[in-house]
Order: sequence, then C-alpha cells, then structure tokens
Amino acid sequence: MSNTTNILVVGIGGQGVMTATEILAEAAIAMGHDAKKTEVAGMAQRGGVVSSHLRFGKKVLSPQITPGTADVLLGFESAEAMRWQHMLKPGGITLMNTARLVPPVVELGLYDYPEDPLAEIRKTGNKVVAFDATTIALELGDIRLGNTVMLGAIADHLPFPAEVLRECVLQRFARKGEKMVDLNRRAFEAGRAAVEAAEAALA
Amino acid sequence: MAAVMPVPAASRVLLSGNEAVARAVWEAGVKVAAAYPGTPSTEMLEVISTYPDIYSEWSVNEKVSLEVAIGAAYAGSRAFCCMKHVGMNVASDALMTLTLTGVVGGLVIAIADDVGLSSSQNEQDSRFWGRFAHVPLLEPSDSQEAYEMTLYGYELSEKFQVPVILRMTTRINHVKALVTVGERSAKQAAGFRKDPARWVMTPAGASKRIPLMFARDGELRAAAEASSLNVIEKGSDRRVGFIASGTAYMHVKECFPDAPVLKLGFTCPLPVEKCRELAGLVDRVVVVEEVEPLVETELKAQGLAVHGKDILPLQGELAPNVLRPAIARLLGEPVPEASVAPAMPLFPRPPTMCVACPHLGVYYTLSQVRNLTISGDIGCYTLGAGHPWNALDTCISMGASMGIALGLDKGRGEADKDKRVVAVIGDSTFLHMGMQGLLDMVYNKGNVTVLLLDNRAVGMTGGQDNPGNGRDIHGDPAPRVDFPKLVESLGVKPERIHKVNPYELPVLFKTIRDEVKVPEVSVIITDQPCVLIKDYHKLKPYEVLDDKCTGCGNCLDVGCPAIHVTRRGKEVKASGREVDLAFVRIETSVCTGCGLCVQPCAPDAIKHYVPQSPITLVKGGCSA
Repeated sequence: MSNTTNILVVGIGGQGVMTATEILAEAAIAMGHDAKKTEVAGMAQRGGVVSSHLRFGKKVLSPQITPGTADVLLGFESAEAMRWQHMLKPGGITLMNTARLVPPVVELGLYDYPEDPLAEIRKTGNKVVAFDATTIALELGDIRLGNTVMLGAIADHLPFPAEVLRECVLQRFARKGEKMVDLNRRAFEAGRAAVEAAEAALA
Repeated sequence: MAAVMPVPAASRVLLSGNEAVARAVWEAGVKVAAAYPGTPSTEMLEVISTYPDIYSEWSVNEKVSLEVAIGAAYAGSRAFCCMKHVGMNVASDALMTLTLTGVVGGLVIAIADDVGLSSSQNEQDSRFWGRFAHVPLLEPSDSQEAYEMTLYGYELSEKFQVPVILRMTTRINHVKALVTVGERSAKQAAGFRKDPARWVMTPAGASKRIPLMFARDGELRAAAEASSLNVIEKGSDRRVGFIASGTAYMHVKECFPDAPVLKLGFTCPLPVEKCRELAGLVDRVVVVEEVEPLVETELKAQGLAVHGKDILPLQGELAPNVLRPAIARLLGEPVPEASVAPAMPLFPRPPTMCVACPHLGVYYTLSQVRNLTISGDIGCYTLGAGHPWNALDTCISMGASMGIALGLDKGRGEADKDKRVVAVIGDSTFLHMGMQGLLDMVYNKGNVTVLLLDNRAVGMTGGQDNPGNGRDIHGDPAPRVDFPKLVESLGVKPERIHKVNPYELPVLFKTIRDEVKVPEVSVIITDQPCVLIKDYHKLKPYEVLDDKCTGCGNCLDVGCPAIHVTRRGKEVKASGREVDLAFVRIETSVCTGCGLCVQPCAPDAIKHYVPQSPITLVKGGCSA
C-alpha cells in the first residue's frame, strides 16, 4: 500500500487528460510496476470535469486514489487543479497549467470563476508549481503539443527517470514521422524546463 | 482499440476490462457478437468489431442483440452479447425464457452496471438477473479476471448448456490494468438440430423444461461451492471476515490486508457452505457488495448472522474512504480522522453540448416557444434540461418520450388545457424503442409534436453507427432508414411530417410553432449530423466585432461553449428597468461556423473571422 504511487491527472473533457494518464501508466509498466488507471469522466464527451487516477507499485489493488493520498496532482486547467486539492496527501505537490477554461454556467452569470486559483491552492500550504503550458505549446507551433508539455512537467516528479516517460511519449508519435517526434521531444523538454524554472523561482 | 488485436499470446498488456473481455471473446472462438451501445459497456463490441473472424453487429436494441446471440448459440456457435445494466431491462423478456431452452454453443452475456452513475439514469444491480433467470453469474474484480472469467464462462455455458452472465461494473469496464493474454482457439459450430420440445416454448413444452431448470440450479450451486473462483484467504486478523466480489474485493484488500476474506467470483448460485466456512473462522462477517444486499439477504435466510447494509451504504461505490470508517465504527475503534481537507468550494462544470451541435438550434428554439411541456429521452439531448435552455421536462428510459408525451396529453388536467405537448427523441433512441411509442400515439389519436433529432449517430456513447446513417459497425455501407417514410408508414399524415435544418432558426421556430397548434401527431425531423462524426463539415469561424456588441446577451441563450463573456455591465432602460449586459467574444479557434449565434444577435455584431496572427488568437482562449 504505502509503496504505491498515486498520480491524479485532472482537467476537462477533450483536453487529453485520459491519454496523458495512459502514457504515464505505460511508463510505470515499462519500469516493471503493476499499474491501474481509472477515471471519473462524467457523461459528456466535451467540457465536463475529468479526473484520471493512476496508481502504480509492486501490486495495485483498489484502482481509485483515496482522498488525501495523492502524491502528485497534474492539473491541465487552473480551477480544476483547485477542485481536486482534497485528494492530495499532506505534503503532496500540484503541478498546474495556468490556463483558465471558463464553462458556460459561468458565462451565463450563474457562478463565478475564482479570481486567482493559484493563490487559493497556495493557501493549503502544499507545494504548487504553476506554468503556462498552453503558451509553451503555441510557441512551439501547435496548441496540441500542450499534452506533451504537461507530461514533461511531471517527468521529474516521478519515482523513475524522466527519460522513461519521454520514450513512452515519443513512441506514440513514431508513426507520424521524425518531425513530429522531434517536436514532441522539444515540447516534453520545454515542460520539464518550465517546472524546473518555476520551482527555482519558488525556492 | 485496434491495438488489442495484434498483441501476441502470452504478452502482458494494459487493457480496460472491456478490452480484456473482447480479447477473451476472440480467443474463445466466438462466432457472433451483438450489442447496442451503452456506457460503460460500449467498448467491448467496438474492440470485438476489429477482429475480422467474428461477425459483429450494432443491433437496434439490447433485446434484439440478445436474440441474435441466442440464435447463434442455438446453431451451436459460441456467441456474445453485452449491454449496460438498463439494457437487460429491455432484453430480459428473451432471457427469462432462454433459461428454459438453454443453449448449445456457449453464450456469455456481459452486463455493465454503472455503480456511481457516471452516465446513467439509475443505479441497478444486475446480479438480480442471475437469481431471477436461474442462470450462473460471474463477477470479475479486475481486467485479468474479466479476461479469465469470460473464457471460463464459455466452458461453464457449454457444460451446463446455459447462458452465463458476466457482471461488470464501471470500475471494471473502464479501469485499465495489466492482462496476460493467450491464443485464439477456433470452434466449429455444431449446427442447428431441430428439437421442438426444446426450442419451441409453448406452455406444454415450457412446463417440462422448468423442472430441468431447477435441477440445474442444484448442479450449478455444487459447481459454485467447488469453484476455484470462490476462495477463502485465511488472513491473520480474525476480528472481521469479509465476503466480497468485484471491485469491492479490491477495496477490502486495500483497507484490510490481514483480514480473512471469502473472495466470490462465481456468485450465483451463491456458495452458501463456503460462506459458512468463513463465518466459522472469524468473530463477525461483513458482506461488502455493490449495490443491493443480495448475498447478505440470502445468507441471513440461511441463518448466518452477517453485517452488510446495516453499516454500509446502499448507493454508490464501496471505496476505501467508505469502508474504513464503517468497519472502525463496527469494531468500536476511533474512526480514521478525516485528515482530508474538504473540497474547495467551486463552480460546477456540468457536461455541455459541443460547439456547433445541431441540438443547440433545437433547444434554443424550444426555449423561445411558450406554453410547452417537453417530454425528453436518453442521449446528448437530455442536456437540454440544463442551462441556458431549460427545455426538457422528463427523462426516464429509452424511447419513453413517446408514451409519456401521449400520457401527458391524455392525462392533462384543467390547468394544462392550453399546454402543448412536445416529445424530443434522437434517431438512435427512436429506432431502439421509440417507433412503437409513435405508432401507439398515432393509433390512439394523440396531440403531440414529435421532434426527431436525426444526427446520424449514437452521439452520447461516441458516435457509433446505426440504421439511420447507412453504415454498419465497420463503417461499411448498409441500408439506411428513410425517417419521413418510416413515420408516414406508422400513420403520421404526410402534411404533418417536416424535415428541417436545425441551423435555420426562423424556419425551425415557425415549424414548431405551427405544428404545436395542430391537434394531432406531427413529426419534425432535424437532419444535420453530429459534429463528432465524419459527416460533419466545419465552416469558416465567426468573431464578435467588439465595437458593435451591445451586450444584449442573446447569443449566450444559444448555449454554445465557444461564446465567452469579456465584460459585464448594467443598463437602465427608458422604462426605468435595469438590465444586465454581457459583452462577448467567440473563441475562433474552436468555432466551426454553424452560424446559430449570428441569428439572434441584435446589433449584427457577429461576422466571419478575419485571421490575424494565429498565436495571439488561440492564446486568448486560455485567459478568460
């Protein structure tokens, strides 16, 4: 139990949260771990809350992460990173994209989007590292690289070398040619660098 | 999905429970597999359809899918059928007599219970069907077991000539875990052998089969008692022993690694003696089962004192955060402190309809027509009940919009005498179980306007093909239903049938307004495809001219998620009434140019987008 690593990946439907978690699971398996991945995906294909649970270790039993036990929370969207803070263990870390995706219920004036999700998360006392994955992806030329940037962001917060995850990511693009592989390699490294820089700024 | 097939035998792969079952179905030499899509079961047949040596089909509903599988099993082939929990409500008419005839070729029916209601209208326990229909039931607790129990299910089915139910739950169907796979073994169909006494269930024939069914119950119970799928793990902490199946077993092991556990895999008929054996080993027994107290009730009837739903919830998943405190309370121990901080208060993020979804036009229009009672149905369009449309008043089961609309019409009281009754149903749901309701409505002279939303796909479950779009499960051409002709042949008058483009709001509005006034059955068919399928073609995106936007907010009533508010304000009208203003922009990177929002825009502020620098624009999308 205690040697099981719990990674929670959150965002909204359509952002690629489930695929990212699956790649993380593949990396854990490549390291010889047992792994289970599960989602609370809600009912729509688009726009709803998605939280994807990955547990890996010697032997994984329950597929879900129990509230208060996640080691790392990878947030694809600011408010969503906030929504799942109670899942983190004391001392757990949040790695979050600063993107804000405002849902229709907020646009209609029925609810407010928090002014500063990052500040709210900081109030928990847990460590939070924020970075703008969307801009990084756009600067590399394609917003769809955001997913790989996010995986790069978590790469140095796993109990195995970042290169293992990187290989699993790049394998996914092998069929699409060397150019795509190279672009994703750069996106992955940019994600790593962004987290490193943000952590250095916190220290 | 397609990656499942080429995996060589003996390799260890990451598979969802659904993918694991599909692989096992292929390895078991199954010849025929049929299903109607339904979360969380859908991917089983999607994956099976990638194996060229299995005949697979999307059936029009679960009952037909089971009947197709039954026919194949009668012919001596191995057959497979899967459905979500509510699907068996539809298919059960076949099941309840299938149990009398039994099968020749193995038949496994996988039923996926949506414990926790991730995407369903209710939470029901399919284990009842095993007891109700007197058929054996297997319950895997992870992907590997889903794979193994499917293979074993075929052996069991053929040994006892009985259909076997594989009861899964969302946490089995959709959890990915490692599975060691094997090889396919081809099976030869025995061929259909005429035997009216067995296959023709008349009262005389059936009455002779009933004693055989009860005799089989006894044999199956003995098999369950002896089964290696039901094992006692002795443990060391004898204060509490657990009886558990499915994912609940994993949760028990997670929380109480030292406790004795009877792990049930072959759960119907219940191996009561094994349960008694566990009870003899421990101070007290707790049955941990999702959802209903089935095992608990049966054991209590056998005189065993067990705990169950007296300390555990009747609804939802029995995850560690539920189990630990319940058992602590039972033992009089301090309840594990909720060291967990409560969730932070935050806006909800309900699922939305897609950008440019053709349903947006329908619900915008319905929200603008007064005095309607709208009976709804099951699909993406159930979301019409939410903001901003609030234009759907009922939803219970597949096809129910038809009968309920007729009942609302015939049962109307004085207060509703001026209300117009509208029924909203999708193409696939209509073909599944709506046609009969429409026939009933016409035959019994109802006063209902039916909106048949034909988006050429089973949208909610991922855009599967159906008889309405002219493609089979492989995407190959197939005969396509002609909806206007179909509803006309059910008796709807030709002048009451209209085909409308849901993106043309004035036409849609006029058609609905005119038809609700006619006191007979009308059918308005909308004919634009789901934006998630290949039939949909994107158009040039729009943008809002900031200097022209007056903040009227009309476009927000369409409910398209591509429209965002940039700033709010207030305006005092000449009448002295204060109104809220919402100035907007369109997220051009996701807008596909359907033009719905353009039509209600009062100041004509929405125009085709003129590209500038792509980077600046998309960036805007992530900073509200």
